[in-house]
Amino acid sequence: MNVALATRALCKRFGALTVADNIDFRLEAGARHALIGPNGAGKTTFVNMLTGRIPPSSGSILLGADEITRASQSDRVKLGLGRTFQINTLFRNLTVLDNVALAVAERTGVGAAMMRVASRQRTVVEEGMALLASLGLADDARQPVTGLPYGKQRLVEIAIALGLRPKVLLLDEPAAGVPSLESHRILEVLETLPNDIAILIIEHDMDLVFRFAKRITVLAQGAVLAEGTVDEIRHDPRVRQVYLGEEH
Amino acid sequence: MAATPAAPLATQATTHSGGYAVDPRIRPIEWLPWVAAIAVYFVAPSYLPLGSYILILMLFALSLDLILGYAGIITLGHTAYFGLGAYAAGILAKFVTADPFIGLAVAAVTAGVFGLLTGAVILRTQGLTLLMLTLAITSICYEVANKATDWTGGADGLSGITMDPVLGAFRFDLFGKTAYVYTLVFLFVGWWLVRRLIYSPFGASLTGIRENPVRMHAVGAPVYRRLVVVYGISAAIAGVAGALLTQTTQFVGLKVLGFELSGDLLVMLILGGVGRIYGAFVGPLIYLLAQDLLAKQYPEYWYFWIGALLVVIVLFAPGGVLGLVDSLRARYRRWRAP
Repeated sequence: MNVALATRALCKRFGALTVADNIDFRLEAGARHALIGPNGAGKTTFVNMLTGRIPPSSGSILLGADEITRASQSDRVKLGLGRTFQINTLFRNLTVLDNVALAVAERTGVGAAMMRVASRQRTVVEEGMALLASLGLADDARQPVTGLPYGKQRLVEIAIALGLRPKVLLLDEPAAGVPSLESHRILEVLETLPNDIAILIIEHDMDLVFRFAKRITVLAQGAVLAEGTVDEIRHDPRVRQVYLGEEH
Repeated sequence: MAATPAAPLATQATTHSGGYAVDPRIRPIEWLPWVAAIAVYFVAPSYLPLGSYILILMLFALSLDLILGYAGIITLGHTAYFGLGAYAAGILAKFVTADPFIGLAVAAVTAGVFGLLTGAVILRTQGLTLLMLTLAITSICYEVANKATDWTGGADGLSGITMDPVLGAFRFDLFGKTAYVYTLVFLFVGWWLVRRLIYSPFGASLTGIRENPVRMHAVGAPVYRRLVVVYGISAAIAGVAGALLTQTTQFVGLKVLGFELSGDLLVMLILGGVGRIYGAFVGPLIYLLAQDLLAKQYPEYWYFWIGALLVVIVLFAPGGVLGLVDSLRARYRRWRAP
């Protein structure tokens, strides 16, 4: 199986505090992989290192065959690494369509054009609208994004990431703060994502994790505690102890 | 799926946010400032020197709006580029050539390049650090101009500038007619350029950076590079505004590099409405007319009234005069709605 994303001995230290400790990780092409762990386990730090938002102290990151450890965030995106954020990180005063179109424009190289008219970039607008339609957001396209219910805003997060046509998509708690009814909708959307996108989902909602992921990696205190299939993780006593609770 | 054509948002009637969901066509009301400016030429000829100064500050405010209102770059040192343009045009006219168009071009390039160089350094920072660095740059420029007396005239200012007639035919006359039309033409060019930028994909990305730089990084935008580029463009426009002041008054004083002018410009923009293009027109107009009237009525404490006006605007119309207009229009629409 081809590896879409891998880390080798990835470390992050803040002074004496080690928040990522020799993390070896593999995400196969087309995988549905979850990263779980208790609060403070270092999940978001790990994602931020993968996306280039914070530099690792040591170790390396490979995106496909490309070494991206020192690459800029924008270069990683261009190489096919997309992400959503744990907390909504939308363009709050812009329309839903603008939110998605900005991503599409950057991917297609239109974003730097000074003498063209943005709303007349048919390929960008059409692709943005098509993406929104595929997520059931077409009717909201011209509304300010802040006017949407929170669940729909989380879908816009996903739409922005999809606008980048990523090979690897990192979903940082896509259902965080979403009422259970709407989180079902998010799961439906995740299940319809193209198979050629390798997805790493970081999520606290265990129902969603067990339904969506095929493999799970468990982080605890910045290190990999366990990795395996859903069943293996479900029955791993170490995982039960540190994360899931004995009652599971 | 085929996209339906983007319909303009009602709330963007005057805000001019640009982006992929707005109609970029010039609306009839957008011609109003130009009609009014042309009318002033015929109706109020005695106000043309003041009118020229207002038009110059409108262009200067437009350059500030581009970086502050659209790209979210906070600065108190934009006079560095205005002043540099003013001195470049003055020194060129006095020592090399008095052709006004060459003067504007040299001022634009000088200020633009300086904007790119300084922007490349200071835009690596943000918040208060950035604010302090912008102040530092304009203070350094001020002191350099103050000390380089052979070139700038120092504290006495650069005088003895005589401009060639515009297009070889229109002399800068005492009544300010040529200066007014000349300035108006370049304000129009600046407005067209800025408007074009705002409605472009580049402008949309600037708004994205202002709204959420973290997300713009995450969609692969070279945020820093975009900010440096727009800073350079803004500096070039500010330089042209400075050059226009030199050419129309035929004098450059140290005031063009002063912190006071930076502060006044910011007040003007806030007064008109930041990030609205036409806030850069309304702000200087209100500010300078109020200054003209109040200085006659209350020569000693006219600035008190300007301060009071600003306090009222900030408290009751945080989007400036144009924000207030937007809000009243929205209320009217709600009232009319069944």
